Amino acid sequence: MAEISASGAPQSVAGIQSSYLAQVQRRRFYGGLTLLIFVILMVSGFNIADDRNAGGFWEGLHQIGDYPADVLSEAWEKRADLPGLIAKYVPALVETINIAAVSTLIGVAGGIFLSLLGTRGLARWPRLIPLFRRISDIMRAVPEIVIALVLIFVLGGGPVPAMIAIAIHTAGALGKMFSEVAENADLKPVEGLASTGATWSQRMLLGVLPQVAPNYISYSLLRFEINIRASAILGFVGAGGIGYELRNAMAWGPGRFDEAAAIFILLFGTIVFFDQVSSRYRNRLTEGQGQ
Amino acid sequence: MTAIDLNLTKQDADKLFQRKRLIGFSIPALIFAYLVYIFFAFDVPGLAGRANLDNAVTLASDSWSHKVHVTRDNRSGEISYAVEGERKGLYPDGQRPDWVSGDSVVTIDLGGDHIVRYLPDNRTEVEVPGFPLIEVQAVGRTLTSNLPADLPDWISASNRRIAITTPEGRVTLTGARSEVFNYFPGWELFWFTLDSPYHGQSLGKILLGPRLDPDRSNIGGAVSDWWNNKMWRHKDVAWAIGETILMAFLGTMGAAILALPLAFLAAKRFSPVMLVRAGTRRIFDFVRGVDALIWTVVLARAFGPGPLTGALAILITDTGTFGKIFSEALENVDQKQIEGVSSTGAKPLQRYRFGVIPQVVPVLLAQILYFLESNTRSATIIGAITGGGIGLMLTQAIQTQKDWEEVAYYISLIVVMVMFMDWLSGWLRSKLIGRKD
Repeated sequence: MAEISASGAPQSVAGIQSSYLAQVQRRRFYGGLTLLIFVILMVSGFNIADDRNAGGFWEGLHQIGDYPADVLSEAWEKRADLPGLIAKYVPALVETINIAAVSTLIGVAGGIFLSLLGTRGLARWPRLIPLFRRISDIMRAVPEIVIALVLIFVLGGGPVPAMIAIAIHTAGALGKMFSEVAENADLKPVEGLASTGATWSQRMLLGVLPQVAPNYISYSLLRFEINIRASAILGFVGAGGIGYELRNAMAWGPGRFDEAAAIFILLFGTIVFFDQVSSRYRNRLTEGQGQ
Repeated sequence: MTAIDLNLTKQDADKLFQRKRLIGFSIPALIFAYLVYIFFAFDVPGLAGRANLDNAVTLASDSWSHKVHVTRDNRSGEISYAVEGERKGLYPDGQRPDWVSGDSVVTIDLGGDHIVRYLPDNRTEVEVPGFPLIEVQAVGRTLTSNLPADLPDWISASNRRIAITTPEGRVTLTGARSEVFNYFPGWELFWFTLDSPYHGQSLGKILLGPRLDPDRSNIGGAVSDWWNNKMWRHKDVAWAIGETILMAFLGTMGAAILALPLAFLAAKRFSPVMLVRAGTRRIFDFVRGVDALIWTVVLARAFGPGPLTGALAILITDTGTFGKIFSEALENVDQKQIEGVSSTGAKPLQRYRFGVIPQVVPVLLAQILYFLESNTRSATIIGAITGGGIGLMLTQAIQTQKDWEEVAYYISLIVVMVMFMDWLSGWLRSKLIGRKD
């Protein structure tokens, strides 16, 4: 800079221009380098995955429609049975939704506790904040399937292992999101309640929860959506519900594709339905808050 | 007038309070009623009958301890020593654990004065403190013993099979075989299997001592023996974790690349044709609604099991999710920057590149990085279904129902992997966007 200001005005413009161009070039170089590394990672990653896959990508690409076409054509041939089959699998679907709903309820309760105990300014025992945060980190990090499989071994198959597994993960995931919301809560109501001699649980129930409720409900609805998918997947590994029926129907193979089709339709319809309902309700919650 | 007004207001307030009270009580009551319904729908009372507490005990003890089997084949009289009774854990010929001694009479010291002796002619003696010496003779398929008629609950005996469970170890005797299980804490043979020359050597001796295997340098040999450990398969585990992360990476990044141009088509501001917009949005809803589970099933038929199938399933599902999020971000861009860029005479593509992309990149990157972490978990689960990565190894280990130490190992690895990806995505986010949240 000193050099530029010492010399005349035209030179300084040239200096600025050249240094700007150099900067642009350096940025472009780094940007290009990042892009190159990214492309190399993607291509080599794709090749490794392709190598380690049982069937290759390019050989499989034209077969991708075969299975859906088989299922659809068989379902179309037996389209008269389809409503009956759909009705047959509704109880399994209800079980899947129940697993998701209960685990969301339990997870929300756990998440509220973890978040309140792990938020600065609100915690019951401020010294234990890191402990509760680590607990929720670990609960969040364990995939549902791990807990579900271990619990299936101990408790036997059925909805309860899946429910516990999803609830644990939900509590951890919501604990983090809830505590981010709770951090921004206004502390004045809490102080006011404290001045009247309210206990910790009264302060939380009356001072904090009404403030954060819209956000908490919105996150919980989002979790419910995710948990329906998770509970369908856990069914596939033996935890009951529609996923379990899907695996059985698929194991039968051709001839039973109409059952698989009925389950696909049910699952798809359910996911889309709850997606739409919850996103509409969530939009109302977050918009209502802005007013 | 004012009095009536006040009355009306008070009535309104009363009504409001009544409604609030009703809601305040009815919501918890509804939740409670639902939980009661679930309690019976899920058959929680019957859970006690279905639960297998023995399994829980095996799981809890096996996950942190291991056992060494000492087995006598009663037909040939041969005695073998194996960790966890597996062929991979067999002691090489001529070697045996140091708590076994004797040649014609093999004495097994289980510790705590619990001693088992294998005598010639298929006789076995078990010494347990506070209990008379147990003598068992195996002839053909039957057992004769000096056990009294009324047995303590840690012994079960018939003329075909005798099982003795003590805190120090277990003894199982049948006509064909005599087996002793001695329990030890810790994971067995985690570093080296018994056939490796480095087994049982201290770290200092491996690093600094003379060559244990004349053909290889100590460190190279030790690393290669550890890497190829047949019991714990460190090489396969490392590959499996790599595959899982690869699935998450390929799926997330591929989805982002696909979703970005499609998101422009779905955003009102950039796509004036209603039909295109609605069509793209329905595509997003469809691929999202079909769900990773169904995509995995369908794709596994075409591509076979493996990491590529998992990556594609994540890619397709997340294209829908990203498309939705990206198009919402694109709707919310600030028009002023685009106007500024177009005032310099920029063409449409340049307007997008310099007016729109810089605005949405932070939002998109934050979402992509968040999904990278969450997809690592999904990849574990999808791997268990489609057959790839650490998820598959975990399900296989659980299905054998005996390698609980491996299950514990894989679970801790998965937790560490997910937490690492969580940290990595947070770190990248703060580096790239310069915001820490």
